[in-house]
Order: sequence, then structure tokens, then C-alpha cells
Amino acid sequence: MVRAVSAAEVAPTGYAWQVKAEGLRVRAGRKMAVDGLDLRLGRGVHGLLGPNGAGKTTLIRSLATVLRPASGTLEVLGSPVSGQVDLRGLRRALGYLPQDFGYYKRFTVREFVEYVAWLKEMPKRDVPGAVQRAVERVGLADRADDRMKTLSGGMVRRAGIAQAIVNDPEVLLLDEPTAGLDPGQRVRFRELVQELGSDSCVVVSTHLVEDVAAACTDVVLINAGRLVFQGTPDDLAAAGGSDDVGDSPLERGYSALLGEAGGW
Amino acid sequence: MSEHASAESIARYASGDDLPGDRLWAVEAHLETCELCRLRLADLAPPQVTALTSAVWAGLEPVGTPARGRRRIARWATPSFLPWLAMTAFVVLAALSVDGFLPVDSVSSAVLLVAPIVPVLGVAAAWSRFMDPAHELVVSTARAGLQLVLRRTVAVLVTVLPVLLVGGWVAGASPAYWLLPCLGVTSLTLALGGVIGIRRAAVATAATWAVLVIGPAAVLGGVPGVLAPAASPVWAAVLVGGAAAVFFRSASYARL
Repeated sequence: MVRAVSAAEVAPTGYAWQVKAEGLRVRAGRKMAVDGLDLRLGRGVHGLLGPNGAGKTTLIRSLATVLRPASGTLEVLGSPVSGQVDLRGLRRALGYLPQDFGYYKRFTVREFVEYVAWLKEMPKRDVPGAVQRAVERVGLADRADDRMKTLSGGMVRRAGIAQAIVNDPEVLLLDEPTAGLDPGQRVRFRELVQELGSDSCVVVSTHLVEDVAAACTDVVLINAGRLVFQGTPDDLAAAGGSDDVGDSPLERGYSALLGEAGGW
Repeated sequence: MSEHASAESIARYASGDDLPGDRLWAVEAHLETCELCRLRLADLAPPQVTALTSAVWAGLEPVGTPARGRRRIARWATPSFLPWLAMTAFVVLAALSVDGFLPVDSVSSAVLLVAPIVPVLGVAAAWSRFMDPAHELVVSTARAGLQLVLRRTVAVLVTVLPVLLVGGWVAGASPAYWLLPCLGVTSLTLALGGVIGIRRAAVATAATWAVLVIGPAAVLGGVPGVLAPAASPVWAAVLVGGAAAVFFRSASYARL
């Protein structure tokens, strides 16, 4: 089923970048996990790479309007996210899959996705169709009326992706979405992400370099809360020499750019 | 377009008869701008056309089963509120059993002492990541804000007040003593929540209550002054003041 396109969606946008951060600092607990990050993201699939503790999850949480930036500017879809602002309009256009995706065990997949659609203030009459479409896109149509607690880990992950895309978000934030997916599901997931990236801004945090190679149009490498590199996967591969650590050109580029931080 | 198409030309148009080119053109141009004539045309449409349009309309119906009634409650209470409800009942039961150990001549009741903070504990639970597994997801959505805070608070009060009424009735603690403080503390918590966050505010008020009221009352015995009927105007003022603060600072509940 094809979604109807409204006039508001084809209207020209009033912003140049879906995500724009300047000197962004975000605190995670006591630590400044994102510390002076400058970033511009447009349409397409952006792979967010970095070692553990680089600030990937903190960055995604602040993009999802969960965390308030400590300083700097952050604009998502042209509207500021820091300070006391009305976030409702922006939040309606966001999709977010948290790293530790929590769900209600007694809900069926359909009920859960419907509940999220309600939370995202989707028009009531659009909800059943949009839920069905989201569930079909992640390949869970045959399990849609099963309770969440009967699903396997990979299926829960796919239900999490379904809830994130139910409102056809303009900015889709996926934090470690491929964790728990088997190779076949990962291939299908990459296809879905490429499809979504053709008309929205998709940010995928991952630690799997092959995900980036296969699905992303753009790589964002961060370390210690700062931007280290932004470019295409080919640029990342070109940054690595034959004496760098890694089994593939991308991995060698990754370790060349991170230097010492790329190791243990 | 002053003149409508004649019934005869509409009928011939509907049945697909060969209208002369100029009349066909005139009828079609008129139909584009005239709703009345379109309706007249719809009445005359042959069965194969009505069958087609009804098939198209059926295809446009929303697919999938809509939410069943039992999940409607999730729009008010935290969907995983059952363990929390059990915990509330347990707190009141525990207070009742403490009453059983008190001397008979003691005026105060443990139910009376804990009653004002039981809803606050419920509010804290509704916004904690331990009680609500999807907390992270919920706080990033458009509906997260004052409206959802109030909905969940109402759900907490609706479930807690009957439990307290029954517990109070068993313990002999009249609602006249605890009902207004109960609502006052809840409203104060929500107002404070706009500044430091709902969960922190709830924990802070509950802790303050425990230290300033329950502690001394447990040592000294008797009904503490803040729960005496004479304090009710103060509690009414707290209730109204807290509600006003919540109303005027409604934008500050966007981040929970």
C-alpha cells in the first residue's frame, strides 16, 4: 500500500540540513560525553561509528530530544532543540530506536506499534494502515498479533524498527539496530534502511564496519565526543594504509583515523 | 455556469451513449465545476460503474484491526502498572499491619501517615525507567509533556484513592484527615517536577514527608499537626498553588 503524500510534505523546507550541530556539548551523567561536536547531516543514511564510550549513544539521545544539550547549538529539521522550546512538532517527525529497546511484554506487536503511533500523535484514521505497513516492512506481518514476550531477540529488534518508522519520520535515529539480527535479517535491514534514506535522514549507530560499507551513503566517525571524520565509505577506506590494523579497507581506514583510540 | 446540464444529457453521458462531441465536451466541463450535477450523475451510474467505485472505496478502508479496548488504559496509566499496583496495595497493607502493633489508645495510624505520599510514589513509579520499560521511547515522543504527566497522575489517583479509602476505613483513619494533604502533596510534586524533573520531585517530596512527618509522629505518637483538620486551609492553598504553577509552567514538562 502506498502512502498518500500531503502538500506539507512536498513543500520546500526552510532549512539546509536535517541535523545541524555547532560546538555541541551534551552531558551523560557527570561526564561530558559529546564535547564540542560540529556536525551537518542531510538526507541519506549516515553511519555513526566510533569506539565504545565515544559518545554515539549520547549524541543520538540528544538528537532524539531526550537529553538537553549543555551548550552549543543543535537544530533538528530547522528547529532548535536546546533550551525551553516546544518540541511537539519536531517530535512528531522523529523516529527513534533506543539502544536498550524496552517494550511491554503483554502487548502484541500491533498493539505496541499502535501505542507508539498514538504517542507520536498520528491522526487516528491513519494509524491502522500505518501500523500494518510498518509491520510489513520489517517482515513481522505474520507475527503482528503475537505478544511481544513470545518473540525472539531479532524479532523484538524488528518490532523496534517498526515502531520507529510507523510515522514515516523525517529523521530516523537507530542506535545499534543490527544487534541480535542474523545475517539474513541484516541484509534485509540494510535494504530497508537504504530505502528509508532515499527521502529522509537516517542516523545508524553501529560498531559493525560491514553495516556501514553495505548500507550507508555517509560515514561519521566520532571519538571522545568530537567529530574525527565525515565522508563517504570510499573516503574512509582511502584513509587507511596497508600497515594499519584491520581485515578490510574500511577497518584499516577506521583504525588509521582513530590511531591509538582504535585499539584496546 | 448558470445553466445545469439537462437530465437527458447526463443520462446519455452516464450510459456511455454517443453524445455529439460539442455536447460531450460541454457536459464534461460543467461536471468538473458543479457538485450538484456530479451527484445527479452518480445516481444514474450503471451497475458496473457503482460496483467499481464501491470496490475502490472498500480498498481505501483502513486495513488491520484497530486497537482493542483493553489497551486503551495505556493512554492513561503506564502500560506496565500491574507490579506497581501490587506494590501500592502492599504499602497500605504494611501500614495496616503496623497499626496492629500500635497500642490501642494511640490516635495516629500508620495508614494516615503514609496516605499523603502513596500517590507520589505512584507518580515516581510512572516515570521511572525501572517501572516503565519503554521510558526512553515514551519521553522522546510528541505526547510526552504535561498532558501525559497529568493523565498518568490521574490514573495513579484513580487506583490509589480506593485502596487508601478501604485501608483507612479498616484502620479508622477518616479521609477528612488525609485526603486534602494527599492531593496537596501530589500537586506540589508536579509543580516541583517542572523544575527538577518529575521523578526527582516525587522522590524528594516523599523523602521530606518521611523525615518531617512520619519520623516525628512515630516517635511522639498522636496525629501530627500537618494532618489535623485545622491544617486543611493550608493544604487547599498548596493544592491550588501547585496546580497554578503547573498550569503556568506547562512548557517545562517537555523533557521528562
